[in-house]
Amino acid sequence: MEVCGGQTHNLIRFGIDQLLPPTVQLVHGPGCPVCVTPLAVLDRATEIAATPGMVLVSFGDMLRVPGSRDDLLGVKARGGTVRMVYSPLDALKLAQKHPDQQVVFFGVGFETTAPAHAMAVWQARRLGLANFSLLCSLVRVPPAMEFILTAPGNRVQAFLAAGHVCTITGLSEYLPLAERHRVPIVVTGFEPLDLLSGILLAVRALNRGRCGVENPYSRVVKPEGNREALALLDEVFEVCDRPWRGIGTIPASGYRLRPEWAEFDAELRFPGALESAPEPPLCRAGEVLLGSLRPPDCAAFGRQCTPESPLGAPMVSSEGACAAYYRYQRARV
Amino acid sequence: MSSEVITLAHGGGGRRTGQLVRNLFLKAFSNPLLDRLHDGAEWEVPAGRLAMSTDAYVVRPLFFPGGDIGSLSVHGTINDLAMCGAWPMALTAAFILEEGYPLSELELLVSSMARAAREAGVPIASGDTKVVERGSGDGVFLTTTGVGRVPEGIHIDPRRARAGDWVILNGPMARHGVAILSVREGLEFGTSITSDSAPLHRLVRSLLSALGEAVHILRDPTRGGVATALCELAQAGAVGVRLHEEALPVEPEVRAACEMLGLDPLYVANEGRCLLFVEAAAGPEALRLMGPGATRIGQVVAEHPGVVVMEGSLGGQRVLDLLSGEQLPRIC
Repeated sequence: MEVCGGQTHNLIRFGIDQLLPPTVQLVHGPGCPVCVTPLAVLDRATEIAATPGMVLVSFGDMLRVPGSRDDLLGVKARGGTVRMVYSPLDALKLAQKHPDQQVVFFGVGFETTAPAHAMAVWQARRLGLANFSLLCSLVRVPPAMEFILTAPGNRVQAFLAAGHVCTITGLSEYLPLAERHRVPIVVTGFEPLDLLSGILLAVRALNRGRCGVENPYSRVVKPEGNREALALLDEVFEVCDRPWRGIGTIPASGYRLRPEWAEFDAELRFPGALESAPEPPLCRAGEVLLGSLRPPDCAAFGRQCTPESPLGAPMVSSEGACAAYYRYQRARV
Repeated sequence: MSSEVITLAHGGGGRRTGQLVRNLFLKAFSNPLLDRLHDGAEWEVPAGRLAMSTDAYVVRPLFFPGGDIGSLSVHGTINDLAMCGAWPMALTAAFILEEGYPLSELELLVSSMARAAREAGVPIASGDTKVVERGSGDGVFLTTTGVGRVPEGIHIDPRRARAGDWVILNGPMARHGVAILSVREGLEFGTSITSDSAPLHRLVRSLLSALGEAVHILRDPTRGGVATALCELAQAGAVGVRLHEEALPVEPEVRAACEMLGLDPLYVANEGRCLLFVEAAAGPEALRLMGPGATRIGQVVAEHPGVVVMEGSLGGQRVLDLLSGEQLPRIC
């Protein structure tokens, strides 16, 4: 299983999965933070965006994800205020520029982007910004890998771990995971050669009956990770249980603001009023995210569910597996 | 008048409108067709066929590295005419100005527009100005319309792709879109990338006079980028298009910016680029005429009609399709 949706997209984009022998099968993993953001949190974001005097700030690929009533682009078209940025720190600039408005950053991502969120909150306190807060839906990868390995009917024999995530976290959480479940975990980058060498090392380890963590992506990933980023993460956030859209609650799989930073918690500052609707019954995004269903094998794929009218997030996120299959449309070549 | 702003009176048709037209537009755009101050421009009709095109410009921000809405509105419409095989004869310009827009900025845009028109040798022959209330516009909206003449024997048609045609692009792609994104509020990043906005009519004239009927299709891959333009052409001509991934020209800095933002350069806008479908026999000469930046990026095939297929550098292949909307920058 390649963990990260960015890896999935490049595997399909470069046709690497077509070139592999039939004995090597790639299973697409849950590494699409946009896809696993719970419906209730997304609905809260749309509610905030629709409220006069409030600005919802988000990464671009969150904007088309369907909530239970609307997506953020739809809210924006109907007069809500949604701003797209590239970094959480850009949201601070917006908060400074518009002191009369409440600026809420929609914090979605894995360990890769979590430190930038922590830094935004840390800076907001330093700058005394009373009009900035974080709607936090940050998640952690290793608990999700553990969840997959312990799920009934698990088919995953080896992992290509997400290189960018490991840049921050290092390898310490992956070593016990590999030991406990007797699986090879190969820290893998995103370029075609990175992906191929990750696959090669995983296959070699399986052939030799070895488990453990290998790091061919050492030009980017250090075993200890990024110590400054980890220290900042620990100062601002604590680990919590978190629901993953389509999958359910995974223990210790999320970050939330520590109590001493609660003043920046958008969920506490702006309690939501609306109930979320249930997921569309046709959508099997959860099975796709866990690797138990290939997107084209879903009955709704390309029929009831398209990028123009998606049932679930994996069809519209730039890291979603359904989007990768739809976009590169193998069947038509 | 440089500390002044646009007011509703500038669009009221009275004295202030007259001042704006005389002191700004006429001064900048002056040419025999416009200076007559008629309700429209008139000139002798040449023999042959006329081409006409119009385009509305709503770019944000109005000024960007390598251009602004003024020069863009001239280049864009000239290029639309050139892609019909036409030599542009005259443009019109309609300005929709938002109340409160600084006159000094409007002066900059108008002088940039006048410079672009002068350099291209195409007069702005007629125009109009309207002012909308504050909040109803975004500073300046600009529409230009152009008329051009198509020489005898030239038939550029999106349905004329033939199996065997070379597909040539005149320079590296995605510069315009990346330059705009680099200065868009909330996404700013430091870069020296500038827009590729430029008029293409002289290039087209040299291609057509040297290669004539061998030129099958011209298309400027603006919004939606090279991939979108090729998908539309493959569908229009019911032919297949095969691209070679390693042949696609992208400058390293543009590629890096696209990777950072999670954008595929194939779908990013260009403004001074031209896709050419030309008979294989004339391909080498077309490449020579288009200059050192031009690249053969693929060819037309009879297989998979309506579909654009990319052959990857590793040997895999994939379909390029239309996107459902604009590409949005990603998380990580």
